[in-house]
Order: sequence, then structure tokens, then C-alpha cells
Amino acid sequence: MKKIIWLTTIILGATLALFGVNIFLEHTENVGTKNNGHQELTIYNWGDYIDPDLLKKFQKETGYKVDYETFDSNEAMFTKIQQGGTHYDLAVPSDYMIQKMKAANLLLPLDHKKLTGLGNYDKKFMNQAFDKGNKYSVPYFWGTLGIVYNDKYIKPGEIKTWNDLWQPKYKKSIMLIDSSRDIMGMALASSGQSVNTKSIPELAAAKGKLDTLMPNVKAIVADEIKTYMAQEEATLAVDYSGDAAEMISENKHLHYVVPSDGGNLWFDNIVMPKTVKNKKAAYAFLNFMSKPANAKQNAIYVGYATPNKKAVQQLPKAIKNNPSWYPDNKTLSKLEVYEDLGPNWVGKYNDYFLEFKMTNR
Amino acid sequence: MNRKRTLTYTIPYILWLGLFVIAPVILLIIQSFGNLNGHFTFGNYVTYFSSGTYLRMTFNSIFFAFIVTAITLLISYPMAYIMSRLKHAQFWLLLVILPTWVNLLLKAYAFIGLFSKTGTINEFLSLIGFAPHQMMFTNMSFLVVAAYIEIPFMIMPIFNSLVELDKSYINAARDLGATQWQTLVKVVFPMSMGGVKAGIQAVFIPTLSLFMITRLIGGNRVITLGTAIEEHFLVTQNWGMGSTIGVILIVAMILTMMITRDRKKKGGKHGR
Repeated sequence: MKKIIWLTTIILGATLALFGVNIFLEHTENVGTKNNGHQELTIYNWGDYIDPDLLKKFQKETGYKVDYETFDSNEAMFTKIQQGGTHYDLAVPSDYMIQKMKAANLLLPLDHKKLTGLGNYDKKFMNQAFDKGNKYSVPYFWGTLGIVYNDKYIKPGEIKTWNDLWQPKYKKSIMLIDSSRDIMGMALASSGQSVNTKSIPELAAAKGKLDTLMPNVKAIVADEIKTYMAQEEATLAVDYSGDAAEMISENKHLHYVVPSDGGNLWFDNIVMPKTVKNKKAAYAFLNFMSKPANAKQNAIYVGYATPNKKAVQQLPKAIKNNPSWYPDNKTLSKLEVYEDLGPNWVGKYNDYFLEFKMTNR
Repeated sequence: MNRKRTLTYTIPYILWLGLFVIAPVILLIIQSFGNLNGHFTFGNYVTYFSSGTYLRMTFNSIFFAFIVTAITLLISYPMAYIMSRLKHAQFWLLLVILPTWVNLLLKAYAFIGLFSKTGTINEFLSLIGFAPHQMMFTNMSFLVVAAYIEIPFMIMPIFNSLVELDKSYINAARDLGATQWQTLVKVVFPMSMGGVKAGIQAVFIPTLSLFMITRLIGGNRVITLGTAIEEHFLVTQNWGMGSTIGVILIVAMILTMMITRDRKKKGGKHGR
């Protein structure tokens, strides 16, 4: 008994001490910025999705203290903003989620008069179906869904389209990202259909086509796909361009191809959720991020493609002329942005995907 | 102890049960009768029992859980038996329990390091002249990792029941002329059944709904009900269907408990 009491006291003591240190650290950190009238900006973004130096620069330029919080899925972010109790000034959802948040009245329209940098963005990436006229959002990054291959095992140029994956010689060598929309979308695009189809026969056919891919599939995994590809566990992978950039930075033998027969074009845009508290700071940040120099710095750090036209011009040639990250207009024109299909259709996509996963090899 | 005091002592326990066991189960059951728009429906159950996908998944889950339980039992019983005979039994038990203090995810990643194409095992194999084997994403690798993770939960109750076993029974059996093997099979094993049953419960049920390992190690080539629940809650946000599978797992749990129920008074302690 005495031992237990002792142990409890020690644990409690340690917790209290850590708590104290935490308060102390927060206090000392705030001393510099508190004088500026307690101005905070809370950003809700994906993990590791901004150059931390930019946050410091923003803090210095404007005096607003940035509180950067992260999420790891659109759905988690949606739930947290919907349930309230949070005070996010800005958030960075993906395309279909913006549509969904709009429908759920979670977004505030942006005052375009207060946005100074809108002209810097490429027209191609503005005025998308999920947010006509960019009433609610400003593009942050964009990317594609494509194929990663390892040049030790697969010759460059061997893979050009989705259908190339179906060749029998790639038996048990492909890794798929565990996401129903993306994999169903891949099958749909390979047959020339829309990735947003609402037709049961088309979906059933796509699932049937996927079943015939199963002998080539080695695994269906989530985020681990990056580690596995970097370790050369598989020679091919279907994944997003962003993940591909991370893999390639770890293993130089990997390359990324945007298939020429269509697929998905995705966006992560900055929005102002209704939980906003400091609108002035939010607009200041939107304008700060649309400055070409800042957007360029961010694009180099994160490795995704920036929609900021002037920033692209400033990027090194090796990046901006690389069709993997900045595909030409012809390829781009074939790509489609996901629409929010509503829970019933998302459910159907998911059911078909689950069925596909159950297919015996 | 008088009655009133017993009552005050049970209040925290009742509160705990009510808040963290009964209320969630009731919520789960209510959810399972809701469709995507939140209206009342039996549809989820109809879908479950009429779709080949879910039935096959159920069969897969039960099948894999059964094999994992069998493997752990085969390894755990002799191990617990030997351990209970050793001098520093508690120390050996500690060594068995120790890995359970390590986060599941870390253990899974450690296995990736062992099994992967460039992993330790393959490096050793190529060192002694064998071609590297594909070990990740196979049924075998999934079974090995799942069994490894569940073994402590099987050993603990068996060990406890073996330690509690009265030595005089063994001595009596030996005195009456039973061989060592006969003593083990006819005396020790039946008397430690309580621990075995508790171990089976502690392994079979969690294995039914394992989901992270199925993806990390099995590469989603092994699909269990846990995978489906994860997907319904996180991706489709079809909480009704997810809850339905949850309810079915609870029913499966109750069935397992009933089958392995301890009919005698004496029994082993639960591992978790």
C-alpha cells in the first residue's frame, strides 16, 4: 500500500512539474508578442504543410502571433469545425470538402476587396466547380493522382497510362493507396469515364475491371506507402503527387507519372470557417501567402505544385518544367476535380471498393 | 462489512459501468438502426446478412481469429507451464508482459523492419545463400504478428491458473502411480481449463476486430470486420453500418463468452 501511495505521489508530482514548465514556456514565448494587443491568428492545416520560416516571417511583418494546428483528414477537420468550440480563423480543406462545408454553412464568403493578391493566381486553378468565382476559397496547393515507379525495375516511358498497370508482367508489384474515391476513380478514368460518375453500371464495370488488376496488386496501404516505396518493397504505386514528392526525396530511383488518360486533379484551398475570430489577421495572412516570393518559398519547402502563376515563374527550371509536378495543359485538361457526391454515392463507391478489396488474389 | 458501506463502495463501479460500458453499447445499438440520413431503419442488418461481401468478411475474421487463437494457445500453454515451474516465475512473467507496454504501432513497424524486402530476415537469408522471400503482405506474416501481439494475453491467465493449482493434487496423482504425462493430461490440464478459457476470450475477441495490422502487415490482403468498421466510420461516415458491424461483434463476443463459460467455481484471472 505504501508503495502505491508513493508511486502515485511521484507520478502526480512529475505531471504537476511538467505542467508548470509548460505554462512557464508558453509565458516566455508570449512576452514578445503580447505587447501587440493580444492578436492571434489560428490556422488549421494539414501536418507539415507550410514552411515554418514563413510563419515566423508573417509574425514579424504583421505582429500577429500564429497558432498553427493540424489535422490528418478532411473528415476530421469537418467534424471539429462543425461541432464548434474551436476558433480557427483559417482552414485548408480539399476541393470536395469545400463543397460539403459550404452546404453545411460552415464557411464565410471572402471579401474580394480585401484580397490584394488574387491576380497572382493562375486562371486555370480559379473558378472551379466546387467554388464558383472563388467566393469562399483561395487556392493553396494543387496536385494530381498518378503512378510512381522505380527505375531500377521499370524503364522510364514504360508506364504512360492507367491501362499500362494491367499488364501481366507486373504481377504482384503494385501498391495502391487505400482510398475508395481514388482507386475507383483510377478504374473509371482508365475506361474513359468520369471520376464523379453517378451511374451504377459504370461503377460496377469499374469494380469488375479492378478485380482483374488484383493479381498485380501487392498491397493496399495508407500513409505507409511512402515508406514502403522508399524501401523498394514494391516497384509501382498509385498515389497522389504530394506523397510521390516525399518518396522521391528519399529515394532517387523513384519517378512520378501523370497518366495521359485522365484522372484526378485535386486542390487544397484556404477558407475562412465560421469559427473565425480575427478576420483582419486572416485577410493579412491570405494576402501574405499570395505574394509570389512567399508562395514560391512554400512550394519549395512543401514540394507540391503552387497555383500562384508568378511564383511558378520564379521557381527553378528543374521544377517548373517537370511534367510530373507541372503537367502540360493537354494532360491537365483531361483531369477532373472530385465533386462531393453526397453520403449515398460516397457509400456506393465505398461498398464497391470494399468488395474489390475482398477479391481473392 | 455492513450493507450501506458496500453500497457506497460500489457507486464508482456502477457509475463507471453505466457511463463507459452500458451507455456506449446502447448508443451503438441505436446508431445501428439509423441510415445515412439518421432515420430509423432495419436496412443495415438486412444489408449485412444479404451481402456476400460482409458474410465473407465475417467468415474471414472468424477464420483468422480462430487460427491466431490456436497458434497462441499452442505456444502459450507449454510456455506458461514451464514458467510456472521455474524458480523466479514472477520475473519470467514480467518478461512476457513487458512487450505489452510497447505501443502496438511501434511493434508493427518493428516487424516491417524484419519482414521487408531489405529487412533483417531477408538480409540473413541472402547471406546464407537463399533468394530473398516476399514476406510482407502475406497471410503468414499477418498470422505471425497477430499471434505475437496476443501471446501475453494468453499466457497470463494460464500462468495464473497453473500457479494457483494446489501442488498436493499433483503429488497425489504421482503417488497413485500416474506417469508425468498422465498427470499433465488428466490432472493439470483439466484443472487449468479456467485459465485457458479466459485466455481464449482475451485473444479471440480482439483478434476478430484487429484492423491496423491487417493494413500495415497484411497490406489489406487480409480483411477483417475491423477494417470495415474503420472504413465506415472514417471514410464513408456511414455510422449506421459501422455500428451494425459493431453490434454483431458484440454478439459474437457474448457467444464466445457463453461457449467458453466457466461452469466450475474456480478459474483463472483475466489477463486484461
